Amino acid sequence: MNRFLLIGVNHKTAPVEVRERLAIPESRLPEATKRLAGQPGIEEAMIVSTCNRVELVARAQNGTADLRSFIREYFQVEPCTVEQHLYEHREREAVRHLFRVTSSLDSMVVGEPQILGQVKQAYAVARGVGAINSHLDALVTRAFAVAKRVRSETAIGASAVSVASVAVELAQKIFGSLEGRAVYLIGAGKMSELAARHLLAHGAAAIFVANRTYEKALEMAERFRGQAIHFDKLYETADKADIVITSTGAPHTIFRREHGERFLARRKNRPMFFIDIAVPRDVDPAMNELDGIFVYDIDDLQQVAAVHVADRKKEAERAEEIINLEVERFAARVQSSHVVPTIVSLQEHLENIRQAEVERLRGRFGQVTPEQEAAIEALTRSIVNKILHTPITTLKSAAREQGEGPLVELIRRIFNLEDAAAKAAKSGSTDD
Amino acid sequence: MPLFWLRVAVGFYGLGLLYALLALARRHEILARLIMPVIGIGFVLHFVSLTEHYINVGRLTPDSIHTSESLLAFLIMVFFTGVYLRYRTTAPGIFVFPLVFLLTFSAAVGLKPPQFTSPVLRSGWILVHIALIFTGYAALFFSFAASLLYLLQERTLKSKHPGSLMSRLPALEVIDQMGYRSLLLGFPFMTFGIIAGSVIAQAEFGSRYFLDPKIVLSLLMYAVYMLLVYTRWNAGWRGRRAAYLSTFAFLAAILAWAANYVSGVHRFIAP
Repeated sequence: MNRFLLIGVNHKTAPVEVRERLAIPESRLPEATKRLAGQPGIEEAMIVSTCNRVELVARAQNGTADLRSFIREYFQVEPCTVEQHLYEHREREAVRHLFRVTSSLDSMVVGEPQILGQVKQAYAVARGVGAINSHLDALVTRAFAVAKRVRSETAIGASAVSVASVAVELAQKIFGSLEGRAVYLIGAGKMSELAARHLLAHGAAAIFVANRTYEKALEMAERFRGQAIHFDKLYETADKADIVITSTGAPHTIFRREHGERFLARRKNRPMFFIDIAVPRDVDPAMNELDGIFVYDIDDLQQVAAVHVADRKKEAERAEEIINLEVERFAARVQSSHVVPTIVSLQEHLENIRQAEVERLRGRFGQVTPEQEAAIEALTRSIVNKILHTPITTLKSAAREQGEGPLVELIRRIFNLEDAAAKAAKSGSTDD
Repeated sequence: MPLFWLRVAVGFYGLGLLYALLALARRHEILARLIMPVIGIGFVLHFVSLTEHYINVGRLTPDSIHTSESLLAFLIMVFFTGVYLRYRTTAPGIFVFPLVFLLTFSAAVGLKPPQFTSPVLRSGWILVHIALIFTGYAALFFSFAASLLYLLQERTLKSKHPGSLMSRLPALEVIDQMGYRSLLLGFPFMTFGIIAGSVIAQAEFGSRYFLDPKIVLSLLMYAVYMLLVYTRWNAGWRGRRAAYLSTFAFLAAILAWAANYVSGVHRFIAP
């Protein structure tokens, strides 16, 4: 536990210019991961790089690894430009951060499903280059399980879906029926695709796709059975669409007021609905001032979706609770994994004694009523648990502080646990 | 008796007015369900009143300003019902009910109205003129109401705090269609109504009728109406610009209506 490290930037700590400097394109991710894992003092490593964040996750050999120097060297950046935007977590906090990221609690659109896939991809890359071994593997797979749990036990994922359905609702309030309406999808992204899919499901017909990489546009157009458009033809074609969804990574707006005016003139003032999912925004907010053009950015959509803000807050709080719990569980598991066999056999030992004594009692009293039976069970169990409580917690905290020590040996000898411990060790040592 | 039915109808329309006011104040859950039955009863009684009146008088042309008001209100209600059947929305009621209430209330207060004594009103042509123009007025008013609704909905959408008002108003494009269609529907009525009126006036008064304030205002209204149709059809004007224009057209229509009191050729009350 005390050797997990995490360093990174995200949409909250760094402006897009910094995130761009640190972003690692997919093609170079394996090489970068491999290099990170090969750094002195680092045992295992994984890199998550998306447009909103870059996270370096590592397990150090002895807690002296320097991830900051890796960032400086790998990205060739001056410390002063990046340093202030970096956050660094260790141990428990690193675990918590990774859990939060994977569960989409740290996302710009809290609950959006994309991030889980991105972490999974980073994990696959790191495995592929052999940068992940048992410890980081345990952490990351646990993070996936936590994300799953958060998604299924809270409604946090619903908010991302609701952003898409809010987009549909608004489109219906503008256009009435969406039957036959044209949708223009600019840039890629799960959120925008989700919105497009919702619109299509409600009757929107034609779809145009534009992307800076034409191949990507083609590929997406194929998926939507739409038409791919070259990016430089964007302004000539955008007015064909009633609904424009933008989610490019462009650092400045691509649609400005004068474009809107031109579109309206060509459309004879028929209304247009811009759904701007990109951050930074792709559509100049001033466009919303034009009669007949409606611009909703991601914050606006979320605001509309958040009619029941209290509910959403409650869901987020519940998700955080789950994360806290899972961090504790993971920590306990990692820290006490050596003492677990001893604890298990100690528990088994006392349970055997308890059961034997209960049987003897029964033999002496003969038939007992179910109430009496239950009372006996409860009483004996609680005695055993109370007796065990202190030794187990002592064992765990001792393990946390000094690893497998003389205490384990002592307990084994006191209770004569040799055989049971060996048996448990053989059957696997990571049970909890 | 016709007056009695009309007064009961006004009562029901009054409830409609209440609905309109409450709809703006955003509290009308119970009324929302009752509004169409209530307005429907008012509408039927209104029809009974008008029919009975015409049977009593023995001719279809209005015999007083009150009959005209009642007739115009009735035509607007016909429009409202048509729109309701087509689009299933009572939203135009926000603007329609107050006007209908005002018109019918004025017609029902029972002050002895000045009777139209002019022999001009006996001719069959005048009936055509009145029917056409009134339908045109109703259509114009409806597109005016629609353009106000459009503005309201547009503002709500742009504010990005869509409240309950947004969910009750029809979609922007639906409102636009309602307004545009009633505008298009009303246009031939208005055109032929004005032509019919001109023919009659030409026959009765010769060319001096052209400088009459009623005629000037009517032509102004017609010009704005034409402009409305043209800008909508050619440049797709809607929203704010269309609302300004139709407000202007509506004001011109009210002035033209009121000009009866100062008009030489359109004053049917015996001097």
